[in-house]
Amino acid sequence: MTSFDAIVIGGGHNGLVAAATLGKTGRKVLVLEADGETGGAARTEEFTPGFRTSSVAHLINRLHPEVIKSLELQKHGLKLDTSPLMPTTVLSAKGAPLTLIGAYGEGLLGASKPEQEAWSGLRSQLFRYAGILKPLLARRPPDLSGMSFAETSAMAMTGISLRRLGKEDMRDFLRMLLMNVADVLDEHIEDDRLKGLLAFDATLGSHLGPRSPTSLLGLYYRLAGEIGGKPGAQVHPVGGTGAVVRAIELAAEQAGVAIRSNVPVARIIIENGRAVGAVLESGEEIRAKTVVSAISPRTTFLNLVGTREIDTGFVRRINNIRVNGDAAKLHLALDRTPQFSGLRTPELNGRLVIAPSVNHVERAFNPSKYGEFSPKPVMEITLPSLLDPSLAPEGACSLSAVVQYAPYALKEGWTTGKPKFLKAILAQLEAHAPGIGKSILHAELLTPLDIEQRYRMPGGHWHHGELQADQMLMSRPVFGAEGYDTPVDGLYLASSGSHPGGGVSGVPGLNAARRIIARKG
Amino acid sequence: MKHSDPKKLLMARAASQDHFRTPRIASPFQPRIEALMQTEEWYDWAGYKAPLSLWDEELEYFAIRSQAALFDISPMVKYRIEGPDAEAFLNRVTLRDVRKLKPGRVHYTAWCNDEGHVLDDGTLFRLTSDRFRLCSQERHLPWLLDSGIGFDVNIIEETKSIAALALQGPASFAVLRDAGFNGVDALKIFDLAEFEHDGENVTISRTGFTGDLGYELFVDQKLALSLWDRLWQVGEQRGLRAIGYAALNRARLEAGLIVANSDFITAEHAIRADRVRMPDEIGLGFMIDMEKPHFNGRRAIQQARANGGLRHVLVGLEIEGNIPAEHAIVYHQGKREIGLVSAAIWSPMAKRNIALASLERPYGDTITGDLWVEIYAMRELRYQKLMKRAKVVPRPFIKLDRRTANPPADF
Repeated sequence: MTSFDAIVIGGGHNGLVAAATLGKTGRKVLVLEADGETGGAARTEEFTPGFRTSSVAHLINRLHPEVIKSLELQKHGLKLDTSPLMPTTVLSAKGAPLTLIGAYGEGLLGASKPEQEAWSGLRSQLFRYAGILKPLLARRPPDLSGMSFAETSAMAMTGISLRRLGKEDMRDFLRMLLMNVADVLDEHIEDDRLKGLLAFDATLGSHLGPRSPTSLLGLYYRLAGEIGGKPGAQVHPVGGTGAVVRAIELAAEQAGVAIRSNVPVARIIIENGRAVGAVLESGEEIRAKTVVSAISPRTTFLNLVGTREIDTGFVRRINNIRVNGDAAKLHLALDRTPQFSGLRTPELNGRLVIAPSVNHVERAFNPSKYGEFSPKPVMEITLPSLLDPSLAPEGACSLSAVVQYAPYALKEGWTTGKPKFLKAILAQLEAHAPGIGKSILHAELLTPLDIEQRYRMPGGHWHHGELQADQMLMSRPVFGAEGYDTPVDGLYLASSGSHPGGGVSGVPGLNAARRIIARKG
Repeated sequence: MKHSDPKKLLMARAASQDHFRTPRIASPFQPRIEALMQTEEWYDWAGYKAPLSLWDEELEYFAIRSQAALFDISPMVKYRIEGPDAEAFLNRVTLRDVRKLKPGRVHYTAWCNDEGHVLDDGTLFRLTSDRFRLCSQERHLPWLLDSGIGFDVNIIEETKSIAALALQGPASFAVLRDAGFNGVDALKIFDLAEFEHDGENVTISRTGFTGDLGYELFVDQKLALSLWDRLWQVGEQRGLRAIGYAALNRARLEAGLIVANSDFITAEHAIRADRVRMPDEIGLGFMIDMEKPHFNGRRAIQQARANGGLRHVLVGLEIEGNIPAEHAIVYHQGKREIGLVSAAIWSPMAKRNIALASLERPYGDTITGDLWVEIYAMRELRYQKLMKRAKVVPRPFIKLDRRTANPPADF
């Protein structure tokens, strides 16, 4: 029987970040990946012969600088090309498109002069406010039962930066914090396309419409991310998202971490209230001083730990985490580059968004409340092969899109619902890129149900649980496990189900590892 | 748009929500109790109309101690818990080791929330290896159902469908034998067995809440009245009396037994943060089995025990004089307030003035001398303030050999 200092369950990017960080301290670390390859929902996969794409996460906009630096990811092959930064274009079926250039709209093309000025004002305000939350979204969440001196001073810094805003700005920050994004937009700007984009970005990946209370938080979350020192920037990594994970994996291997794939974990071994290892589905038993679970918190406790080892109140909270995803992922293999009306190469190399207005996004959201998909879905599209020709055969083109809203628990069921939803999506695409339908060689649509099954994410939610106010900070994933340590001694959480949440950031993994190191686990 | 007649709507709504017409539920034994009720002293027990006293509290108490007393315990909350994982489930929920509870046995237990605060105490009946009955003061269905996540177990609320009687007192065995329950003599304390009644089963356990010889009978509610009659017919010669809670309350206090939400506040009822109690703080620490598999509250209890987190202690007090010290404040050296009496009587059996009190540690724990209680005795519209010496004494206050004697004595 082999024994490790730490085993990490789940070889997604957070699991690998945690493993690498622990490995760098000299700990003997083993990563257990259930699937044939690492990367979780952030990998580059072939979805039809000759066409590869980033599976779920297809853009990088929040990989944390501390993760890049501490794991020396650039040395391990990370290439995040930030010149030029990927623009975002809001498509319009009838009128002209609108393009945000630079890091989240440093410049605005296709808008009136007054609108450009209004946007510039709103943009800097949003970044100022997201900046207040930024440290909170990087560190371990505040510990209500007693904070260390370092934690208290970090919190105090947030207070100080809040004070630095000045009285009026501070008041506005607090006023806006839990507002819905639609109301905020109405206060500042007029362009429907711009409002539609911001409404879309604020609600992307959550079960919220732009007029749902607190929807602005989603936008702050996005803007708290940065790439290459530029807040709000987004890039498509060379080689797809899988290449980012590969760099982290190399860093882990460099740090002496052993990685095994095709080894699903059946359960975590608990002895006297302490996690002491894991049993694989094969029956093999692996012992470790510390067990890190970088998979869904729900699966971790309800399946791997089992409810017998934890208290009812905690089980109740874990069982009540809202994990049902509302976003689908579309992959198209096209025989040629699609022609989006009014767009040229620079725009096609960027992110294309179909969200023509706040109302459109809100109407797309409405049916999902009642278990139906959006008949006119909203989506963000990238054409990865234009940026990285290795992803598609010569002359052909790949398309990757995140599409909303697609409720996990579709009333009619996804067996019959999926072809209908695909049809609705393609109709939307056809309206903006006439002729695209005829160029499709292969289409792959991943509903939340598919994402759940393929990537072992309950509910198919890429955040491993809704990222809303009640499931953030010290309530993420639930009270009692918010600081990466859990009621089970020796067991730590490290997935996006933990604070701060999802997106390819590496922060949950990094924070979990740091917590383990601080507690000498 | 055509609107419905508001009068009709109102009537339909009233018809579908007519619970308010019977704010207190009737027990299956209600016809018999109503017939015997002379004083009309009722109280509310978990939503049921229950007798506080039927004719004379004092004499009802003496029926428990010198004859036989019949007390309706149907309002007690009852759950049937069954399935292959029933044992493991109950072992996770409750404090004591359920693996040690054999089929046909009953034990007194308690259960806690994650913070180690007591949710309730109660009795657990092991009917067969995978079928249990859990009886308690408060309702816990949501808690039990959520505790069942991950267990192959079925939890059924059976408070209404199961009627139950407590038959207590020295002549209780004789009443059962005369009523034809052959084999009841084989029941030792905390044993249970099935007996035949009207072609169906009645579960009889040698348990009770009086510290006396006694039994509890559980039967389908439709057989309630015939069971009562069967006992009543033979009981007359044995001095069988129907009693109310007031008499039972005296007997249970003599036996040193505590009542949830009377001697301690259950965790889900406590509004004030310092009112919740851990088992060690209400004299239930003996139930905690740290050797058994994980149970709710284990980590919190372990932590509190290690870090001095146990702030209270429940003690038995003997108080000088003969004035019951109910809800009196307890002092150390006559000055420092250290706790409160939750129940007190002059005990006719012990011939002592007894009480249960909740004290703040270290008082009652390591400091037990120089304790006083301040009794306010109302004397013709004026309080007479009595400062009486109290001393911590072990519970139970009385110990009756007949409670455990085998075979049970025939009086």
